[in-house]
Amino acid sequence: MRVNTEILKALENESIEILRETAASFRKPVLMYSIGKDSSVLLHLAKKAFYPAPIPFQLLHIDTTWKFKEMITFRDKVVADNNLSLIVNTNKEGVDSGVNPFTTGISEYTRIMKTVALRQALDDHQIDAAIGGSRRDEEKSRAKERVFSLRDEGHRWNPRNQRPEMWRTYNTRLAPGQSMRVFPISDWTELDVWRYIAQEKIEVNPLYFAKERPVVTRGDQLIMVDDDRYPLGVGEKPEMLEVRFRTLGCYPLTAAVQSKAKTIEEVVEEVFAVKLSERATRLIDGAHEDSMEKKKSEGYF
Amino acid sequence: MQTSVLRLLTCGSVDDGKSTLIGRLLVETDSVPHDTVGAARHVRRAGSTIAAGDIDFSLLTDGLEAEREQGITIDVAYRSMSLLDGRRLIISDAPGHEQYTRNMAVAASRADIAIVLIDATKGVRTQTLRHLMICNVMGVSRVIVAINKLDAVNYSHEVFSAIKDDLLSHMSRFDLPDIDFIPMSALVGDNVVAHSTNMPWYAGSSLLESIQSWQPKKSEEVTMRARVQSIVRAEDFRGVSTTIHRGKVSVGDQVRIHPSNQVATIATIVADMKKVEKADEGDAVTLVFQPEVDITRGDLIASVNEEISGSDRFSAHLVWLNEEALIHSRSYLLISGPTQIPVIVTKIRHSIDVNTGEEKPANTLVMNEIGVVEIATNAPLALLPYKESREFGNFILVDRVTSESVGAGMIRHALRRGENITYQAYEVDKSARESAKNQRAKIIWLTGLSGSGKSTIANALEKRLHALGMHSYVLDGDNLRMGLNVDLGFTAEDRAENVRRTSEVGKLMLDAGLIVITALVSPFEVDRQRARSVFNEGDFIEVFVDTPVDVCISRDPKGLYKKASEGKIPNFTGVGQDYEKPTNPEITINGEVDTQISTEQILKFIL
Repeated sequence: MRVNTEILKALENESIEILRETAASFRKPVLMYSIGKDSSVLLHLAKKAFYPAPIPFQLLHIDTTWKFKEMITFRDKVVADNNLSLIVNTNKEGVDSGVNPFTTGISEYTRIMKTVALRQALDDHQIDAAIGGSRRDEEKSRAKERVFSLRDEGHRWNPRNQRPEMWRTYNTRLAPGQSMRVFPISDWTELDVWRYIAQEKIEVNPLYFAKERPVVTRGDQLIMVDDDRYPLGVGEKPEMLEVRFRTLGCYPLTAAVQSKAKTIEEVVEEVFAVKLSERATRLIDGAHEDSMEKKKSEGYF
Repeated sequence: MQTSVLRLLTCGSVDDGKSTLIGRLLVETDSVPHDTVGAARHVRRAGSTIAAGDIDFSLLTDGLEAEREQGITIDVAYRSMSLLDGRRLIISDAPGHEQYTRNMAVAASRADIAIVLIDATKGVRTQTLRHLMICNVMGVSRVIVAINKLDAVNYSHEVFSAIKDDLLSHMSRFDLPDIDFIPMSALVGDNVVAHSTNMPWYAGSSLLESIQSWQPKKSEEVTMRARVQSIVRAEDFRGVSTTIHRGKVSVGDQVRIHPSNQVATIATIVADMKKVEKADEGDAVTLVFQPEVDITRGDLIASVNEEISGSDRFSAHLVWLNEEALIHSRSYLLISGPTQIPVIVTKIRHSIDVNTGEEKPANTLVMNEIGVVEIATNAPLALLPYKESREFGNFILVDRVTSESVGAGMIRHALRRGENITYQAYEVDKSARESAKNQRAKIIWLTGLSGSGKSTIANALEKRLHALGMHSYVLDGDNLRMGLNVDLGFTAEDRAENVRRTSEVGKLMLDAGLIVITALVSPFEVDRQRARSVFNEGDFIEVFVDTPVDVCISRDPKGLYKKASEGKIPNFTGVGQDYEKPTNPEITINGEVDTQISTEQILKFIL
C-alpha cells in the first residue's frame, strides 16, 4: 500500500497547486458542485489548499429538478456543515415549457436543463473560471482535455484550438469573451478517488452504498424510481433490489448496479475488481460515439 | 522528486503503429474497461481493414470526432495504467503529424520516458529524428526505441540491426545517454508485454519490462527552492502557499526571499490542515515566516546560503507554437510557474533544422520551429538552466493582446551582460531639469494612418509650445528613418523595433525635461502598449489622429498610397497591413477638423 499512498500524495499535491493557481489568477472562480464523489474530493482538496483560510470560491450547482432526493439533502447538509456559499441554478424556461427526461429526448433534455442552465449561471454571475471534477479516465474526449481548458464566447470548447499546456506552467490569461474550465483532478482515476475518500474519511452521498431500493429494469439498465413522476408501464411495479450507484446524476438517467458494498472499503474492493467503465451506467453517453465532445462544444461541462 | 508517478510519451510518424502499441499495452495489462474493449471489437471506422472481432486499438485512444474521421491523432490524449510494482504510469499519446509537432512538445515537456516508434519496413525517417531532437531539448531522461512491425519483415535480425545502427549514427548530435532498442510487433504482440518467441536472437527486455526497470535518478542533496503562489490570511494567521519544487524544508530553517533579499526563519509549516515539522520535495504547503516579511506571488524562497543573483538577460531554446511568427523586439508576457513579467526577444541567434541538427541563421521563428534566442525581462528573474531544473528553467511566452500561448522556452543560461550593468543614478534628475525649464516633461505619442495629419499636428503643436516659451522636440518617423532607424523596413518586426527605439529616445528626452512629440504610424496596439510601459503613469499621452482611410488616400501627401496600390510598397498600413485603432487613447482627434483646433485640444490636456 506504500505506493498507493505515495501516488495519492503526488496527485493531491498537484491538485492543490492547481486550485491555488486558480484562486490567484481569476476574478471570480466557482467550484462546480455536482454532489458526487468527485465533487466531494474536490471540496476536500480545496479545504486543504487554503487552510486555515476558508475556501475562496462559491459553489455552483445546476439543478435539473430531476436529481435524486438524497442528493439535494446531502448537498444542503454539506453546505451548512462547512459554512459554504452555494449558487443553485435551474433553467426555469425549461421547466416551464415542460422539458423532462422522458418525452423530450435525452440529448435535448441535457442540452436545455444542463448545458443552457450552466451557461446562464456562468453569465449571470460573471464567472470567469469554473472548477470541475472531470477526470481523463472517464471518457475519450475528456482524455484530451487540458487542466486549464479554454472556452470561447458562448462557453464553447474548440478541441482544435486548445492552448498548448506545458510543464506545470499554466497560461490562465483570458481575452475578452473567454472563460476557463479548470480540472484539478484530471490525472486521477475512479479507483484513486475511492482510495482517497477512504484514506481521508471524506463523507460521500449514501447513494454510493448498497441498500435495498425500488428499481425497474429498462433494457439492461436498473433505474431507481425515486418519486411518482417516473412513468411506470401498465402493471409494472418497482422491485426492491440491493443496489448502489457508481455515478450520480438525474435519477431517471443514471442506472444503478447490483452490489453488496455497504462501506467505503467494500466499494474500493468492488471498484478494484469491476472491469466495466464507470460511465457505462450513464444513459446519455451511449447515445453517440462522440456525444460528450458534441455536448462540450456547445458549452456542456 | 516524484517517484511513484511516471510519465511516458509515445512518438513516431503517422501509421508507425503508436495507437496500436498503446492499445496493446493497455489491453494486455488489463488497464482498459471491458466494455470499452468490447466496443473496439465491433465498432469500425470507415475504410477499416481490421477483421470483425479483432480489437481496433486505435479506437481506444483517438477520442475526437475529427481524429476518427481522418484516422490520425490531432491532440495529446492521456491514459493511466498501473505498473506491476504499483507505480502509476501516465501515457501521453502524442500526434505524429508534422503540423502537430507542438502538441508533441507539450507531451515531452513533462515526460520521464519516451517511446520512439520506427516502422521496420520504412526505417529511420525525418520525423524520427525530429522527435528525438524534441525529446532531447525537452529533457526526457530515457528513450526507448521501439522498432515495430518486425512481423512484416520476417522478424529479421538484420533489418533490426541495420535500423539500430542507422539511428546510432545520428545519435552524436543528441545528449540522450539512456537509450534502449527493442524489436517489436504491436499488431501481433511481440515483446510488448510478453517476450516474443518469434525472435530468438533477441534476449533483451520487453517494452513493459524496459519501462518498469526505469527509476528516476535520486536527486542529490539540493538546496531548497519554492515559488510563492499566494498569501493566505485567516484570523491570527498570515502565511504563503507554495509547492516545494526542489529540496526539503523543516521548521527552524533559515531562508532568503528573492528579489527583496530578506532573511527569515520558517516558524510553521502547514500541510494536511495541521502543523507539520517538515516538508519534502513536491509537497504543497503553507509556510509562516518569522519575522513576517513583505512577500508577493511569484517571489522565490530559497535556502539562505544559496547564492542567487537574478538576471534580466537570458539565452534560451524556444519552440514556437503559434501560427503568427515570432516578432523580435515585440513585447510578450513571460510566464514561469506563478511568475509573470513582460519580456522582449532581443535576438534570434539561429533556428535549428530538426532534420539535420544544423544551425541556420534566422530572423524569425515560425510555427513548430525551434531556435535559440536571447530575451530581456523587465526585472531580474532567478531562473535556472533547464538542464538543472525543468521546474525553474521553463517558461512560456504569451501574446499580450490575444492571451494565446505562443512560445515555449527552456533557459540555457543567464547572460553576463545583465549582471555587469548597474543603473547609474544621475544627481541632476528629471524633476531638477523640469524646474529649471519651468515645465512638466511629457511624451505626446501621435498615432494614425499615413496621411492622417500627424506631422502637421506635431509641427503646429511645437510652434505653439515654442511661442509659450516651452522646451520641446519632435521625433518624426520619417526623419528617424533617415538616421537612427535607417536599417529598418516596414515589416511587423521592424515596426516593433522602430517603436521600441523611438520610445527609448523619447525617454531620454523626457528625462532631459523636454516635452516630446512623436509622429509615427505605430499601427500595432501591442507595440504602443510597450511604448507606454517605458514611461511613468501620466507622462505618456497617446493621441489617436482618427482620419478615415479614404480621406488619407485623397490627401496622400507623400504619394505613398498611390505606390502601395500599385504594389510597390508591401506592408503599407491601410493597404497591405492592418491598422489597429487604439482602444483607450488619452485623446482622440478628428483628423478632418482644422489643425488649430486639434492643437488647442492637445494643449488643453497637457498644460
